[in-house]
Amino acid sequence: MCGIAGLIHRGKSSKVGHELQGMLQALKHRGEDSTGYALYGDTDGKNFIMRFKVGENVGEGSTSVAEDVSVYDKRKKIVDSYLTEMGAKIIKEERILPYSLRYEIEYNKKDLLEFSQKIESIPGVEILSMGKSLEVIKDLGNAKMVCDRYNLDKLVGTHAIGHARMATESGVDIKSAHPFWGYPFSDVSVVHNGQLTNYWNNRRALENKGMRFMSECDSELIAVYLAEKMRDGATLEEGMKESLTGLDGVFTYFVATKDSLGMAKDTMAAKPLVLYESDDLVAMGSEEIAIRSILPQEIDTYDPFDGEVKVWQI
Amino acid sequence: MANIKSVSKKTKAQAMGMHTEVLTGRTQQKFFNPDEAENFYYFGTHDVDFNKRTDLDVKDMTAAEANKEIDNLMGQGYGTIVIKNPQGKHSLGVGILNKLNLIFEGSLGYFGMGSCDGPIVRINGRVGWSCAENLMAGKVVIEKNAGSCFGAAIRGGDLICKGSVGARTGIDMKGGTIIIGGDAGAFTGFMMQRGRIIILGDVGINLGDSMYDGTIFVGGEIGSYGSDAVDAELTKSDQDWLKRKLKVAEIGENFDVSKMKKIVAGKKLWNYDNLEPTEKKGAI
Repeated sequence: MCGIAGLIHRGKSSKVGHELQGMLQALKHRGEDSTGYALYGDTDGKNFIMRFKVGENVGEGSTSVAEDVSVYDKRKKIVDSYLTEMGAKIIKEERILPYSLRYEIEYNKKDLLEFSQKIESIPGVEILSMGKSLEVIKDLGNAKMVCDRYNLDKLVGTHAIGHARMATESGVDIKSAHPFWGYPFSDVSVVHNGQLTNYWNNRRALENKGMRFMSECDSELIAVYLAEKMRDGATLEEGMKESLTGLDGVFTYFVATKDSLGMAKDTMAAKPLVLYESDDLVAMGSEEIAIRSILPQEIDTYDPFDGEVKVWQI
Repeated sequence: MANIKSVSKKTKAQAMGMHTEVLTGRTQQKFFNPDEAENFYYFGTHDVDFNKRTDLDVKDMTAAEANKEIDNLMGQGYGTIVIKNPQGKHSLGVGILNKLNLIFEGSLGYFGMGSCDGPIVRINGRVGWSCAENLMAGKVVIEKNAGSCFGAAIRGGDLICKGSVGARTGIDMKGGTIIIGGDAGAFTGFMMQRGRIIILGDVGINLGDSMYDGTIFVGGEIGSYGSDAVDAELTKSDQDWLKRKLKVAEIGENFDVSKMKKIVAGKKLWNYDNLEPTEKKGAI
């Protein structure tokens, strides 16, 4: 089933980590195999923040194969050496969990494709996000568990999207969890509720064009699809509008960039979405109770119509 | 559960092997024996006094707890119940099978007021998906917007949304009336079998797709017609009915109904030609 939620503050910052945690926790009945956050924090915009993993969570419920923890250190060392090799300087390093790391790095090249390909050439290593504002945090468990594990409650920023996942067509693991980074574009992330029926056709076509897939989760296709459109010069909104016909199946998805948040709904409106919009805040989720978790007072909400695409700026 | 027994007298359709059994039993007797007046009352329903009024704050209750408390209050004879702080909870007010004046001060989540038969309900907010699904009788008024599958499979009663509604409004409806003050999404009236839908605003694509019967009236623009949905002549009788209905519904009272479009089933998808007329009725 899965649940998605997103919010954007316009003209101010807020504790988006805490707010999104409340929204996603309200949706936990839609799935708590894994939960993911894409948080756009307040930064000085000078350095990249790279969230990456060197292994999987193999705890209860995971479909991943357990590895000797010592390989995590070996992989980390290779990452560090590759960063040096590519001229990237690690400014700050945090090892949140044995398999999950956050690096603040100084890197002056704009094209992240070569960079990402190099890092991900290390077996077992995946960049969860790369951006100057974006941080993707995803792990097994419900919203509160993931929030507590990664200490997201205090993160201040302008906007965020998140996903509570009930695994259906791919494993219970971090690589299949949402949000997906819009590789190799800085600060682009996607969450999706639904099912894409032309996944393999699109995937083969995109792989032939040099795009990368890290999982077999159909939702990843949206991130790659939009990234390919933007690579070819389309704006985010243009790419989203094209996706209404380019992607087949039922879907409601959110996409976020450094300064914007968008939603798209398939032409049959088969997946739910409730939306609240005011001058200073847009909040949306699979169910109204998600919005109520941050706006308990009586508010006006509505369901976007079939085939609707909307984009808001901070 | 109803019993199943064989019947000796065969209709033409049964002779053709289309039917060999009929349903009988307690369920049938309860609903269709007019000599047994008590059978017209559902088990577990309540006689209530509309003048006896109370408030119920459901802020810290689960949906099940709230519904149980509504039932308790009806058992105490309360005929007017005001629900405070529904805050988008799902499945509130479901399964009310007696007369009741129910007011929600706020919005409901999914499946609100499902499977009801008789209550008069006013919701001073919006509702999520599948509001008033399977409504048998009564009236449900939503002051703001509604989600998809609004009035799915209703069999009777009036369902009114003063704002806009999502996709598949009136899907599989078998009776009753749905009135929308704003716009409606795609597949409105999808597979509807009876009843009427009135939309004062615009409506999305595939209007009335695969509808078997029933009527849809549209005041605004139509995105596209669904399979087997066709235009029909808007008669004087239709206009009179629309005016009356909109007035009673307290919505669009001054709306110019003479310009509304009337959409019905083209009946090209019907598969009832082999049935007796009485069985056609039963099948619908």
